[in-house]
Amino acid sequence: MDAILTAILVLFALALIFGLILGYASVRFKIEGNPIVEQIDAILPQTQCGQCGHPGCRPYAEAIANGEAINKCPPGGQATIDQLAELLNVESIPLDAEHGSEDVRKVAYIREDECIGCTKCIQACPVDAILGAAKQMHTVIVAECTGCDLCVEPCPVDCIDMIPVATTIGNWKWPAPPSPMQIIATDRTAPAEESQA
Amino acid sequence: MTVYAFHGGIHPPENKLQSTQLPVAQANLPSHLVIPVLQHIGMAADPVVKVGDTVLKGEVIAEPVGRISAAIHAPSSGRIIDISQQPVPHASGLEAECIVIETDGAETWCEHQGLEDYTQLPPNELIDFIRSKGIAGMGGAGFPTDVKLHLGDDHIVNTLIINAAECEPYITSDDMLMRSEPEAIIGGIEVIARLLKPHHIMIGIEDNKPEAIAALNRAAEASSLQIDIQVVPTKYPSGGERQLIQLLTNIEVPSSKIPADIGIVCQNVGTAAAIYEAVTTGRPLISRIVTLTGDALTQPQNFRTLLGTPFTTLLEQAGVDQQRLSKLIMGGPMMGVPLTSPHLPVIKTTNCIIATTLEEMPAPPPAQACIRCGLCEQACPAQLLPQQLYWFSKGKEFEKARQHNLFDCIECGACAYVCPSNIPLVQYYRFAKSEIRNEELEQRRADHARARFEARQERLEREAAQKAEKRKQRAIEAAAAQAARKKAQEQAQTETTEDTGTPAVNNEAEVKALKVAAAVARTKLSKAEKALKNARDKGLDGVDKLGATVEQLSAKAEDAQAAYDTALSTNNASSNVADSDAKCDAKQNDNSDQRTAKSADYKLDMKSLKQQVSIMRTKLKKAKASDPESSEIEALESRLADAAATLKAAEDKQIERAAAEGIDLKQLKIDAALAKAAVTKIERAAKAAQNDEEREQLEAELPQKREAAEGLAQQLARFE
Repeated sequence: MDAILTAILVLFALALIFGLILGYASVRFKIEGNPIVEQIDAILPQTQCGQCGHPGCRPYAEAIANGEAINKCPPGGQATIDQLAELLNVESIPLDAEHGSEDVRKVAYIREDECIGCTKCIQACPVDAILGAAKQMHTVIVAECTGCDLCVEPCPVDCIDMIPVATTIGNWKWPAPPSPMQIIATDRTAPAEESQA
Repeated sequence: MTVYAFHGGIHPPENKLQSTQLPVAQANLPSHLVIPVLQHIGMAADPVVKVGDTVLKGEVIAEPVGRISAAIHAPSSGRIIDISQQPVPHASGLEAECIVIETDGAETWCEHQGLEDYTQLPPNELIDFIRSKGIAGMGGAGFPTDVKLHLGDDHIVNTLIINAAECEPYITSDDMLMRSEPEAIIGGIEVIARLLKPHHIMIGIEDNKPEAIAALNRAAEASSLQIDIQVVPTKYPSGGERQLIQLLTNIEVPSSKIPADIGIVCQNVGTAAAIYEAVTTGRPLISRIVTLTGDALTQPQNFRTLLGTPFTTLLEQAGVDQQRLSKLIMGGPMMGVPLTSPHLPVIKTTNCIIATTLEEMPAPPPAQACIRCGLCEQACPAQLLPQQLYWFSKGKEFEKARQHNLFDCIECGACAYVCPSNIPLVQYYRFAKSEIRNEELEQRRADHARARFEARQERLEREAAQKAEKRKQRAIEAAAAQAARKKAQEQAQTETTEDTGTPAVNNEAEVKALKVAAAVARTKLSKAEKALKNARDKGLDGVDKLGATVEQLSAKAEDAQAAYDTALSTNNASSNVADSDAKCDAKQNDNSDQRTAKSADYKLDMKSLKQQVSIMRTKLKKAKASDPESSEIEALESRLADAAATLKAAEDKQIERAAAEGIDLKQLKIDAALAKAAVTKIERAAKAAQNDEEREQLEAELPQKREAAEGLAQQLARFE
């Protein structure tokens, strides 16, 4: 009987001690916010374009953390989807065409002699990349432009173009080598036939 | 001194003899020189000449931009005919900004002078002098030399290694330079040694250049410095910076560190010679030795070539056989890049042009599957695992490739050379590297955009909070003011019996405030009514609620109006005298406050006068209707006439007053009415608009028009 009592007391004491430690730890090492949102937000391209249907990248990150599909980000493209799939340990899926398609990087360009200085694009720009004042010509700071498209729609005189960023020696990339294993003629034609079929 | 060894390496056929049979020749002066503004690693230089300018040989035509950059000088005298995008020697085959000089053939030098005694100059000034001469590494990478010479400032440099290995097949430009100008090289080493103050100076040279070794030995003997000429066995790539360091010192430069971190600085022999030339004669880097070799040339040779000379000029001079020419390569066969066109200029890093025939360099056999033989691993001088890197690059698993130290790959091509499956391994690594760099760039861009977005968001929130705070503050102030006013009013009421003059002034302010309150209440009421109407029209929810609000507001508005009326009447009663005094004052005085008060009075007068006139008219009508014979009619008629006259007089006064301010009241009235009409017209048009686009356009116009109309109405209100 004594042994049982001792065992119960010991276990109780242990439970109390560990409970206190855990309680202290939960207060001392409390993390504000959901850390997974931060990680998802770090992967998203931060164009703040809203093509996913959320007002910015962070809200979409929060939505993903709450179970939304990971394939709604056209600026990020397949690379972002793959990264998200790896982070969340889910199957990678192709980009949802409903939200737009993957495109080359673009920057906004204001045709300055047509600009009437209405400041509507300035208010629309999520990263403050447009410079100007009321009734003064506006211009885009190219280095800051994320190519989100949001300034195009509010412009009352349609003087904003989205121009693809030209390939220069500075941003040129080495192309991937052609696929090997094409010695036999049928090797070379097989994929083409498959795609036709 | 012992020579150590590095891991791996290969022994490809050297093919160096062909181009060393003839001495270095002077390349012909072409009619046009095309000079890219980016010939080095770092920022492109900024052109300082305009099209049409004439330049002398050696004149600066582009200034360095930023810390890592190099100046560009005119290689010959002539006229600038173009500054535009031109094809440049680069693996991409793209165009870049170039300055085009039409040479005049005179080769007139600009004024230039070397340093009499560079040892007297402070190191910083000496480095600036070298920077001004546009010298960048001549070995192949083109790193601005002045940056490397500054390494002594923040690193302890104990060993200076001069790279004379020139390990890549075919290339002999350094070899020929050492044979022809060994004194310049040793002189350049002396300049570098003065700046870096190393304890130990070594020249690393492969044993396949006996003549160059002999020449260097002779020149080094004459020098006051102790220079060790270390002959290393011929093996590719012993000329790689890290490999040469390991050969000579047996120290491995750690991954992601530079040699200066372990106290070693490397310079190429060509760079040393260029430094010597700049320091002694003051001539900038405008020419270099270029090897022209390959079986398609009848006379392979080295040429001292002006920068910007087209490859075609050199090829012709070396006797190119266009029939046999199959491929042009810039650089060596291992690391060089195939060129798409021969119309490209020589730049600071162009050491060799190979014109090959098909037999000499046949098209590579098709790549086959990796059989994991491991030969590449044994050949890799950087001790990497090329086949792993290949798998990761091919499968686009860039993160894993990076973890396997992809960025320590020097792209020497030894792995591809030994690969029995002919896999273009280096291409895969280059592809993976540029993809990773691009990803990093995107990540940086994303982080930057996030920071800006968050900053903007914060700013907007802050502004909104500030506005709310201000509004709150105003409300509190207004409440306080009202309380004070009430108190003052009570006081004034008690005091009016004693004194009639002073409270009138106080009261005036109060009345004004009350009037404003009444007006605000009225506006609120009208807004609510409008909203109610709108809600009813559209059958929206909450009509009942709105109705209740409107009732409440109308009660409030009535209260406010009543309060104002009583205040006004008491004020008028109590201070008629003071009021009239104030009016007299106002006539003489151009005080704007008083004018506002006056116009308020006028407004009231006009209204009551108009009312009176209309009341009279109605009374008269009624009287006439009930009893046409009554004597009352006459009295009423005369009263009506009186009232009408007073009204007319008041109106005239108004017009006069407006005219005094330079405004035609009539015109103003017409304008206001027109503006109002325009607003209603647009509103009606917008309602009737067929499509959204039209409506939007109209609605976009509306606020502007409305503003204009309101402005005119306000102006008019000032006088009525």
